[in-house]
Amino acid sequence: MYNKTISELARGLRAGDFSSVELTRTYLKRVSSFNSGLNSFVTVCEEQALQEAELADQRLKGGHTSLLAGIPIAHKDIFCTQGIKTSCGSKMLDKFVAPYDAHVVSQFKQAGAVMLGKTNMDEFAMGSSNENSFYGPVRNPWKESAVPGGSSGGSAAAVAARLCVAATGTDTGGSIRQPASFCGITGLKPTYGRVSRYGMIAFASSLDQGGPMARTAEDAAAMLQVMAGFDGRDSTSAEAAVPDYSATLGDDLRGLRIGVPKEYFGGGLDANIEASIQLALNEYVSMGAELVDISLPNTHLGVPTYYVVAPAECSSNLSRFDGVRFGHRCSEPKDLEDLYKRSRGEGFGAEVKRRIMIGTYALSAGYYDAYYLKAQKIRHLISDDFRAAFNQVDVIMGPTAPSTAFGIGEKADDPVTMYLSDIYTIAVNLAGLPGMSIPVQPVGGMPVGLQLIGNYFEEAKLLNVAHRLQQETDWHSASPAGFE
Amino acid sequence: MSLERSDVEKIAHLARLSVSNDELDAVASDLSNILNLVEQMDQADTEGVEPMAHPLHMVQRLREDRVTEQDQRELFQSIAPFTEDGLYLVPRVIE
Repeated sequence: MYNKTISELARGLRAGDFSSVELTRTYLKRVSSFNSGLNSFVTVCEEQALQEAELADQRLKGGHTSLLAGIPIAHKDIFCTQGIKTSCGSKMLDKFVAPYDAHVVSQFKQAGAVMLGKTNMDEFAMGSSNENSFYGPVRNPWKESAVPGGSSGGSAAAVAARLCVAATGTDTGGSIRQPASFCGITGLKPTYGRVSRYGMIAFASSLDQGGPMARTAEDAAAMLQVMAGFDGRDSTSAEAAVPDYSATLGDDLRGLRIGVPKEYFGGGLDANIEASIQLALNEYVSMGAELVDISLPNTHLGVPTYYVVAPAECSSNLSRFDGVRFGHRCSEPKDLEDLYKRSRGEGFGAEVKRRIMIGTYALSAGYYDAYYLKAQKIRHLISDDFRAAFNQVDVIMGPTAPSTAFGIGEKADDPVTMYLSDIYTIAVNLAGLPGMSIPVQPVGGMPVGLQLIGNYFEEAKLLNVAHRLQQETDWHSASPAGFE
Repeated sequence: MSLERSDVEKIAHLARLSVSNDELDAVASDLSNILNLVEQMDQADTEGVEPMAHPLHMVQRLREDRVTEQDQRELFQSIAPFTEDGLYLVPRVIE
């Protein structure tokens, strides 16, 4: 049952082959068997999930039409869930029970989806390995000693290990795509503004975007259909109409122009990964697509620019954690300043503190022009590179990450080396474009992700291009040993 | 760019973060490494380039000026560490 796609399960539910309660129990059992090893869930909502499943069964009998009705999913613990702990992977929010639902969470409730629980993540979504979680690292289902990627590592590992049908994630610099690549699943970061950020705990507000993580592009389309759309409670929510993402999945790719940026190949890229990417590109050629050499000349400036913009915005966003209104508070503060400093010093982990301090420094008097303003100008250059490319091509392709999943502990002591693992994903956030990662031929038994980058609001095109590859090949259907 | 212990103390104060004396050297070294990475931005010629505030150059949407939220003080204060009579409690500020 747990190897079926959303549309297969939706058909089974409607045909009466199994109920949502049975499906939910199957998944809860898998979670209880495997989660102690993987650490992909921080909260499991057994009782509530079964109630939601019962309700879904009733709604299905009444002819409820959403594809997600009765389907067990999981939410990254960055999305506020009313009455349920929402930790954001931080000691700061270890006891925080959200007073309201995030927009994305209420959309899934309306669709009748069942929430199995909340998934582990790097603290406040800051990290590329999930080692920065207050609740400990998540393990990669493909190899116990490897990281699942981050920051949506819990969601990626849970989907790969079939502990949920699909999950939500968020992506500020690669946090959906890089873990999708490391765990061999399909992840989509939509255009900035496509999915409401209401109730999604803020890291860097001009870059953050929620999106689906699933086993197939078809499932990702079903998930995005529920998540996307205008929401007046997010001041940067896009008013653009939401297309039917499933309708165009099978569109023919003859004549598709695929841009292959020379900056995404060579350099630090593992040669075996390059070969896997090339193999996938050849598949597209055999489907009638055309490869076009392009250049994104400011790619090398992506990581440095990101590490000004993201920390600057995070230092501002995380100033709300003051030990007064919610979150961790130190014991016996001697004055107000001591309350702030110790509550924050005790509640935040090392990486979060580093980024707050970098951001504080970059925004402090006398440094603003040299750092933040300079970074925002380079963002323009990076964005212009993509605009020029999309005059020539329909979609851009390259690797999602320069390596397969690295070992737990391997990069933990060196923040800058860790930052460079997002070298191919970060520019997409700086430009606000949609991006995807889909599994291609593994290297050394470990998953490899092909990154697809689309023009603004062309999620349907990305899903179509991804789905066609998944119809022609079976790289996406491989499952990690022990979890089949 | 290389930060000294005193720089870290100053930044930590601005950010209202306690950093212990034992951590200062390690933090100074980590932050210096990050700033060295960031300084690769200097390679870019940004003369005459407009800073980008929004990827799609959207302007701030304004909403109608009417009350949309109901008073949920009790709910929101139920998750606060210390409250009394509907107020958030902090250490005495004025003696």
